[in-house]
Amino acid sequence: MNKNSNISRSTLLIVGLTILTILLWVCNLFIGSVDIPAAEVVNALTGQPCEKESWRYIIVESRIPQAITALLAGCSLAVAGLLLQTTFNNPLAGPSILGIDTGAALGVAVVMLTGGSLVASAGFSGFLATIFGAFIGALTVLAVILFFSTFVRNNLMLLIIGMMVGYLTSSLISLLNFFASANQVHAYTMWGMGNLSGVSLQQLPGYTVASVCGLIIAFMLSKPLNAMLLGTRYAENLGVNIALTRNLLLLATGLLTATTTAFCGPITFIGLSVPHIARLLLRSSNHNTLLPVTMLCGAIVLLLCNIISTLPGNNGIIPINAVTPLIGAPVIIYVIVNQKKINYFNG
Amino acid sequence: MKSTPVISAQHLDIGYRIGGEKVKCVHSNLNIALYAGELTCLLGANGAGKSTLLRTLSGAQPPLSGEIMINGNSLREIGRHKLSQTIGLVLTDKTAIGGLTVREVVALGRQPHTGFFGRLSALDNKVVDSSLDACGIADKGDRYMASLSDGERQKVMIAKALAQECPIVLLDEPTAFLDIVSRIEVMSLLHRIATEHHRAILLSTHDIEQALVLSDRLWLLSREEGLTTGVTEDLILSGSLNNLFPHSDIHFDPLHGSYYPTVHRNKSVTVVCQDETLLHWTINLLNRNDYGASLDTTIPCNHLIQIEKPNHIIWQEDGKTTTLHSFEELVQEIKAKEV
Repeated sequence: MNKNSNISRSTLLIVGLTILTILLWVCNLFIGSVDIPAAEVVNALTGQPCEKESWRYIIVESRIPQAITALLAGCSLAVAGLLLQTTFNNPLAGPSILGIDTGAALGVAVVMLTGGSLVASAGFSGFLATIFGAFIGALTVLAVILFFSTFVRNNLMLLIIGMMVGYLTSSLISLLNFFASANQVHAYTMWGMGNLSGVSLQQLPGYTVASVCGLIIAFMLSKPLNAMLLGTRYAENLGVNIALTRNLLLLATGLLTATTTAFCGPITFIGLSVPHIARLLLRSSNHNTLLPVTMLCGAIVLLLCNIISTLPGNNGIIPINAVTPLIGAPVIIYVIVNQKKINYFNG
Repeated sequence: MKSTPVISAQHLDIGYRIGGEKVKCVHSNLNIALYAGELTCLLGANGAGKSTLLRTLSGAQPPLSGEIMINGNSLREIGRHKLSQTIGLVLTDKTAIGGLTVREVVALGRQPHTGFFGRLSALDNKVVDSSLDACGIADKGDRYMASLSDGERQKVMIAKALAQECPIVLLDEPTAFLDIVSRIEVMSLLHRIATEHHRAILLSTHDIEQALVLSDRLWLLSREEGLTTGVTEDLILSGSLNNLFPHSDIHFDPLHGSYYPTVHRNKSVTVVCQDETLLHWTINLLNRNDYGASLDTTIPCNHLIQIEKPNHIIWQEDGKTTTLHSFEELVQEIKAKEV
């Protein structure tokens, strides 16, 4: 009897969150820094002629890709955070804490701040080079941390090593900034504030494919992820190929963090806090349900942040990284203060 | 009829490879036989190599030389998947399963049998149910792991190993950190599983008292003597347990199945007592107070104690007789002489 009520609880939650995600996604189309009447938004979406051509342009070329980006970025970062928390068996792991998005940022900095010479010689178009740089940067940091994790057994120490790697990476970025031209520094700084409007309609398919690939890998790993909750020795005894699983986790986390960071800049707090929101809502650490709930919560939080960032209206857009900590930081503080009461912390 | 062992090895060397050719050998020339349907306890001091032996037998660490055979197949050649259906483990590792229910944790034991996404079939659910039932935690299926006591958590991990349906279960100190009630419950549970489910169960423990009561066979491991194995009672009566901690100042008392500190008594006393329990505790008190006890009345001795009841103790010293009414008074009488 109780078993059934558990299943219905998670099913209800997933259905509810899906509806909320769709609602917020639609809201993202209707709300923006430019005031467009709702009827005109509907016209633009249904292909009817709009009162102003610029409105149609804003909706189709800006708001739709931005809403899709917010959706995908939220899913990606939240799932990446969950994968890291399970892999490192540490509730305070996340792409930004472990320096993974700083790694991606370094890759981007190398591409953007060393100028066109490097990019041109590699034969990439500018944007592809940025993504490539971010991916290499993120994977390098992840690989360094995983290398340490093979002999540093204490997870807190590992977290601190991750933070140190993050600082090292930041200092390299500062050095690159120091030697770069003013224009390059400006472009890099704007990117660093986080921006969900960075993906154009033309780039959207590429971004979508990369993110969805990462998410699919994550979902395919839910069985070994559940075994990993018992620790590596138990997981190995249950037949999990630890090395393969870790490599796939590395690939998925790298893909999810790097693509999102490359397109939108380093967005903080989503990866760290959303898995906690999901566990608190779901009251379970079973990845079969926790993964979809985390993904939906990530989308909801970032869609919400995107709406908040457009609140100043015609005065411009608040950088997304000024909004995410408003939701993320209180959650983390709540979780830490109440950790004795929260089940998944205790063993 | 002697049954064939499920795990066997001859001339096994265990230890660690420290890079390149260097090895740190913990034990060499071990001969091993683990039988189905029996509970076997691995006893030994800290640092005797119990965990190394368990890790080697579970396949987590290769032996330095020699070959471990499991049901006639070499452990090295059993694949990862087959191994997960052959040997189940219960460890003392830190876990992060507080947010899972008891049922979900036991269901993790089905992973070697389920498909890519780990969906449980009707059969899997039946095995989970019967495993919960066998461990006496069927009513706790929906509880969160975080809400359980240490003893209950250990039962869940045993149920997990049971659900794995492995013919062999290895447990690393499953009764550590448990109180006496949980220790006895867990050990009885393991003995029942070994007998009723015909599993070969090997566990390392420091709880010698319970091991002597419930273990069908003992493996005694020490740095000096290596591995001594045999049916519990054979080892007790042959004095093998005295060699388990050779350098310590303790000795094994085969009558009571426990270790006692070896004390070098200066004084002796003859004890006359009919009741065995009373005799045991009288000697216990005398030993603690520096007296050696003799039961032989033909040997002349300055002191004699006659005891019929705990409240009627007759103490004779150099022909002088005192009647005492409790052990407390006896202690006072003994202590008074020391001054």
